[in-house]
Amino acid sequence: MKIRLATVWLGGCAGCHMSFLDLDEFLIELAEAVDLVYSPVVDVKDYPENVDLCLIEGAVCNEDNLEILHKIRARTKTLVAFGDCAVTGNVPAMRNQFGIDNAENVLQRAYIESAQNHPAVPKGDGIVPPLLERVRPVHEMVYVEYFLPGCPPSASRIKSLVAQLLSGHAPKLEGEQLKFG
Amino acid sequence: MQLDDLIAIAEKHKGSRKKIIVRTCMSAGCMSSQADVIKKNLETEARLQGLEADVEVRRVGCMGFCGQGPLVGVDQNGEHNLWEFVKPEDAPSIISALKGGACRVQRGDPKHPFFAKQMHIVRANGGIVDPERIEDYIAIGGYLALHHALTELQPAQVVEEVTKSGLRGRGDAGFPTGLKWGTVAKSPGAKKYIVCNGDEGDPGAFMDRSVLESDPHIVLEGMAIAAYAVGADQGYLYVRAEYPLAISRLQIAIKQAKQLGLLGAGIFESPFSFNVDIRIGAGAFVCGEETALMASVEGKRGTPRPRPPFPAESGLWGCPTLINNVETFANISAIINRGGDWYAGIGTEKSKGTKVFALTGKIKNNGLIEVPMGIPLRQIVEEMGGGAPDGRSIKSVQTGGPSGGCIPANYLDTPVDYESLTKLGSIMGSGGMVVMDDSTNMVEIAKFYMEFCMEESCGKCIPCRAGTVQMFNLLEKITRRQATARDLAKLEELCDMVKNTSLCGLGQTAPNPVISTLKFFRKEYEELLQPDPFGPAAGGAPLAPERVTK
Amino acid sequence: MAAKTLTIDGKLISAEEGATVLQTATEAGIKIPTLCHLAGVYDVGACRLCIVEITGVAKLLPACTTKVAEGMEIQTNSERLRKYRRLILELLFAERNHVCAVCVSNGHCELQTLAYSQGMEHVRYDYTFPKWGVDTTHRLFGMDHNRCVLCTRCVRVCWHIEGAGTKNVAGRGGKSKIITDLNQAWGDSVSCTECGKCVMACPTGALFQKGSTVGEMEHDRDKLEFITTAREKKQWVAAD
Repeated sequence: MKIRLATVWLGGCAGCHMSFLDLDEFLIELAEAVDLVYSPVVDVKDYPENVDLCLIEGAVCNEDNLEILHKIRARTKTLVAFGDCAVTGNVPAMRNQFGIDNAENVLQRAYIESAQNHPAVPKGDGIVPPLLERVRPVHEMVYVEYFLPGCPPSASRIKSLVAQLLSGHAPKLEGEQLKFG
Repeated sequence: MQLDDLIAIAEKHKGSRKKIIVRTCMSAGCMSSQADVIKKNLETEARLQGLEADVEVRRVGCMGFCGQGPLVGVDQNGEHNLWEFVKPEDAPSIISALKGGACRVQRGDPKHPFFAKQMHIVRANGGIVDPERIEDYIAIGGYLALHHALTELQPAQVVEEVTKSGLRGRGDAGFPTGLKWGTVAKSPGAKKYIVCNGDEGDPGAFMDRSVLESDPHIVLEGMAIAAYAVGADQGYLYVRAEYPLAISRLQIAIKQAKQLGLLGAGIFESPFSFNVDIRIGAGAFVCGEETALMASVEGKRGTPRPRPPFPAESGLWGCPTLINNVETFANISAIINRGGDWYAGIGTEKSKGTKVFALTGKIKNNGLIEVPMGIPLRQIVEEMGGGAPDGRSIKSVQTGGPSGGCIPANYLDTPVDYESLTKLGSIMGSGGMVVMDDSTNMVEIAKFYMEFCMEESCGKCIPCRAGTVQMFNLLEKITRRQATARDLAKLEELCDMVKNTSLCGLGQTAPNPVISTLKFFRKEYEELLQPDPFGPAAGGAPLAPERVTK
Repeated sequence: MAAKTLTIDGKLISAEEGATVLQTATEAGIKIPTLCHLAGVYDVGACRLCIVEITGVAKLLPACTTKVAEGMEIQTNSERLRKYRRLILELLFAERNHVCAVCVSNGHCELQTLAYSQGMEHVRYDYTFPKWGVDTTHRLFGMDHNRCVLCTRCVRVCWHIEGAGTKNVAGRGGKSKIITDLNQAWGDSVSCTECGKCVMACPTGALFQKGSTVGEMEHDRDKLEFITTAREKKQWVAAD
């Protein structure tokens, strides 16, 4: 039976997924070993049950992120915090420095002060997820098995980690494999 | 100044005493309840009632029973009376009672266990002498020990006597005082310093404050003897700025001692010179740590530095420096007067002499006590302290302040000595003793002390600076019922790391209140923990290495 | 000068009397992690990363300020020490806002290098996200307090190599802060000689040359040792 792999995109720039696509021909090898059951590049709406491995890109920024993260943890055997936003909070978490009402300030700055036309904070119950008080790295919200920092982690480092996992080893990031930023 | 002069001052002073002495406690505690007005009223009343010729209203230092203050003591016809909770308007009643008759004020019981179980060496003159009159101190034999040391003992003999006494440092660590003095005495160097650490900062501790406010000369005399023993000619008395009364009384004491030639050049017309200057702390708890204190004396930012080198080798401005706590110095004149063997006869095998404690918290009788080492904790809190008020029971006794630990009630039979307290994960410390009753939440107590350490960390080393912040945050998370078992594990891991890697005593002991409450009251922590639905067990086994076969 | 014989990690080594454990280990090719240590200025033993175990000594001692002694047995890399070092680094990363992705020193940062060397792939303690400012008032240099680890290297080089005494530490605990003069804007400093030694000394991106963007700020720390060697030994040699 193939490994059931998911990748998920929370609060981040999608750069980690771009880097994932840079795996080039390793993607073909990967396709033989795994079923990609959920991903921004796969058209599946709901996170499925019984996932073996999930790479999580992005920080936990809003209620939507948190909800799916809880679902992911419940339905997945192994989580990898994928990239600096997931591992440290990184750039999305910089708003935390501005205190407890930072979410409101950030929205004001982005949608009102910087707006050229029609300044308005987007609202929509059930459509636009409210921001969390604080942006958090993934492991502050759920237990995470492995970490792959980098902004983004290069394709070679993604390959190394995934290959180690697929070959049944707990991944070790050594030397060049470990890098923030 | 020679011995004859000293004796002449004492005799003259004793001769001028009046028949009745009304002692008004004017330490910080009673002063905060208008002791100064009480004293003025007593003086006025004595004059109005025509007793001026017979009554001396004397300003004295702390009598110890601070919880019952303001206190007024009366010595009349060889009898001693104690009036408690005195108010300024009680003066007429107290004075008229001197002529016989009733007094409306609450009478204290000098046979109360609070007093009866005490043994006074350090506080021998507290509540008796006027801290602002050197003649009072001389009249009860003050500065005779210094004279004896200077004229009849070689410096090495002084060190020998202190070594024999078994006295250990009363500041915190309990290092043998004689050994420290010997090391400084033997350290090469033409210039040496004496430092008295009066930067008492533990929450709930006021032992040194009381000694300095009540009997400043006993500390100055101890310092002078120490200076002679180790070959120093300059001393610094480091007092925290929060003790203005102690500072002003020390200033008066130093001035008076200089005028009489008991400090300064050629003391007792010997070649020995010794000057003392006061250095006022600026509100940093860490300056109680000796290397930080010395940096502060030198005018630098008060941060500790790694030891070795120890101050005995390289202290103030790189010179050998003897640094002892207020209470340690206050023991010295008695040791010189009565001999090291006498002192070593008090206490236990490894903890000699007496210890002053500030008994506070959830206890009936608050105050300052001096007890022989080895006294069971139960005697202090139950007999002397009278147990917890409001019908509650005692849960724990905290000793050693933020560096110490909480001793649970079922260990109350522990003798109070350095080793026994250390064995229980607490410390003797400088003498703070905070009693907690059964309504106390021990996690909150640990959090309180951690917050204190976090605020007082100097910021120099990372484990203490950043570790106390994270430990406090974790404790906050636990008390808010937001933490899981994983958070508790992280807290314990940090306690271990901060204890073992911090630069100075502040950081090395900052985790102690957490460690000790976890040891004895772990259940209280665990009851606050929440389930961990998204923890390691949530999703099943990790993919590697268990699941996948090669 | 008398020689002392000791063992470091089981290796028999002879050292000069008065040398520190760190100097001795470095000469013997044994690498002990350091952060507040900087060749050319005196040591303060503050970062605690270079702590070592010495047989017979209950406390862990910093290698940078501990002098060698005859017969010392030193362990520099036990499992316990590695655990403590990683924890210290995690505390540092959680303490301020070290956002590598947007840092001028990304890729040339000693804090990053230390994290890699201790295998720190994430920080288990909650980030505190304090609000610290950036001082860009100086003509040539900037100071980003978010990236400061309070190693005080800048303070020491400013006082003891340059002799200007511009930099200092104010506040205490986690609120400690590197200041210029009497806590004034750097641009208003009258004592600053604009020598740039503080920028050279900085292990992270806290002190930087204005105009540097992400990853561009490389600190030239060897210059400092070059200056002190020249001054003290009259030898104008570059560091190894």
